Amino acid sequence: MAAGDRTVLQFNSPSSAILSAKVHPLVIFNICDCYVRRPDQAERVIGTLLGSVLPDGTVDIRNSYAVPHTESAEQVALDIEYHHNMLVSHQKVNPKEVIVGWYSTGLGVTGGSALIQDFYSREVPNPIHLTVDTGFRNGEGTVKAFVSVNLSLGDRQLAAQFQEIPLDLCMVEAERVGFDILKKTAVDKLPNDLEGMEVTMGRLLALIDDVYKYVDDVVEGRVPADNNIGRFIAETVASLPKLSPPAFDKLMNDSLQDQLLLLYLSSIARTQLGLAEKLNTAAQIL
Amino acid sequence: MANSMAKSFLQAAATEEVVSPLRVVQIEGLVILKIIKHCKEFSPALVTGQLLGLDVGSVLEVTNCFPFPIREEDEEIEADGANYQLEMMRCLREVNVDNNTVGWYQSTILGSYQTVELIETFMNYQENIRRCVCIIYDPSRSNQGVLALKALKLSDSFMELYRANSFTGEKLREKNLSWMDIFEEIPIKVSNSALISAFMTELESDTPVTQCDYDRLQLSSNPYMERNMEFLIECMDDLSVEQQKFQFYYRSLSRQQAQQQAWLQKRRADNMQRKAAGEDPLPEEDPSNPIFKPIPEPSRLESFLITNQIANYCNQINGVSGQSFNRLYLMKSLHDN
Repeated sequence: MAAGDRTVLQFNSPSSAILSAKVHPLVIFNICDCYVRRPDQAERVIGTLLGSVLPDGTVDIRNSYAVPHTESAEQVALDIEYHHNMLVSHQKVNPKEVIVGWYSTGLGVTGGSALIQDFYSREVPNPIHLTVDTGFRNGEGTVKAFVSVNLSLGDRQLAAQFQEIPLDLCMVEAERVGFDILKKTAVDKLPNDLEGMEVTMGRLLALIDDVYKYVDDVVEGRVPADNNIGRFIAETVASLPKLSPPAFDKLMNDSLQDQLLLLYLSSIARTQLGLAEKLNTAAQIL
Repeated sequence: MANSMAKSFLQAAATEEVVSPLRVVQIEGLVILKIIKHCKEFSPALVTGQLLGLDVGSVLEVTNCFPFPIREEDEEIEADGANYQLEMMRCLREVNVDNNTVGWYQSTILGSYQTVELIETFMNYQENIRRCVCIIYDPSRSNQGVLALKALKLSDSFMELYRANSFTGEKLREKNLSWMDIFEEIPIKVSNSALISAFMTELESDTPVTQCDYDRLQLSSNPYMERNMEFLIECMDDLSVEQQKFQFYYRSLSRQQAQQQAWLQKRRADNMQRKAAGEDPLPEEDPSNPIFKPIPEPSRLESFLITNQIANYCNQINGVSGQSFNRLYLMKSLHDN
């Protein structure tokens, strides 16, 4: 078309190359809790995200706290002093956690968000904006992360565009705790050692049953054979160490005896305690 | 009419509230995650934090918590610590979090938490709060796939004794207090709000096997058992030291009594002589004589605490052994097939 000076609409790619974000379950719990406790007139909750930036560019979001705010049709006001106070308090405990962004509940990104994003970008070079949809508008709870990208026309800044970045939910501690505890609304008793063992064994048994059924189905021709799965199963079965029966028996018996010895020792210790206590308190001073 | 109503109000105000005994501690999943995160980040150092919540009937609800910064041994930081606490509580109040302190949590290593400091902290808290609990979390046990979370409370009879600061055998027999009665463990219930439960179910589908299961099925429990045994042996040494103190006390007591008897005999013999000689008999007691000085009985608090600790280790060893047996037999059957 017409050549000559044309100002080009530039899309700058994020400068610090933030590839993705990882969020810990604690942050989601915190956000939900704050949302449930929000004051009646507020529609959504806004707060700060704390965490760290990993060397490969991923942002690790580890903690969060809510910040009181007032919102009207045109403007949004954040309680900045509160934000700073909480930040100082949190950093006393864990100085490594710094601000990495902010969150808000509700599905999309609204107009007011740009202002808040601006405020946070003064504290941190490239803040992450996390939205947690507590209203389940799409029929599911969506958690999304955005970074803002400046749209500039020549030299002038036009607007900020929110680009979504991939978000990963890293669940290591939650899994360790035992997922049932965190998922249900009420758990009556924390499982102790043996009960937990029982549950695990049950799950293992179920898995083995599934594999058995699958192999049977394939052999009888009910299910088309998938070579990959077959190879995987063969590898797994072959990964059991091949020990000759006497060697394995010896190994097992040794371990068994060690455990039995420890049990015996602990029973002796308890007997000793019982005796000592009887002697101590029953001793009469003549 | 007004009179009787006023009187009944006065009566109502005058009667003391009957405190129902604490039966259950209800913790929110949020609090558990926070405690785990805090303790794990700073392990092996021991950390503490404050619990916030509500005290309702026979249930103590813990709805939120915040960690304490690690304190250096410095006098100035005392005031800082108090300021930090006030600041946090104030800020949390603004976002509608329950502002009552209901206790504190601390991390521990291998269950070695029964110390005099714990009891003293309990007494401090008990001054201000009617009911408080201490939650103990053991991060090293969680590597075995067990959520090692316990809620503890000092038993009432023990608290009375502690205030009177007397731990002699007499008093303990009176109250029928043994080492098992010092700490009471309260069952824990976990509750989550519906919103969180919906989110969690959504975000992470039910996998058939979780990391927790992998941890539980791990065959190597040796390092853990070794450390447990080491701690157990150390505690036994401490216990024997305490026992020796007692033995020494009893021996010196009986020696003192023998001396008293001998002195009394001599006095009596002297008195007989004096009577025969016509003089006044000397008194049969002599408080200034050092052999009549009562020897203080050593306090049994330490030995009780140590006993508790040993019992704890034994329990842990038993638990882990049970698990190991299961695993070993599982391996055996896998191998046979």
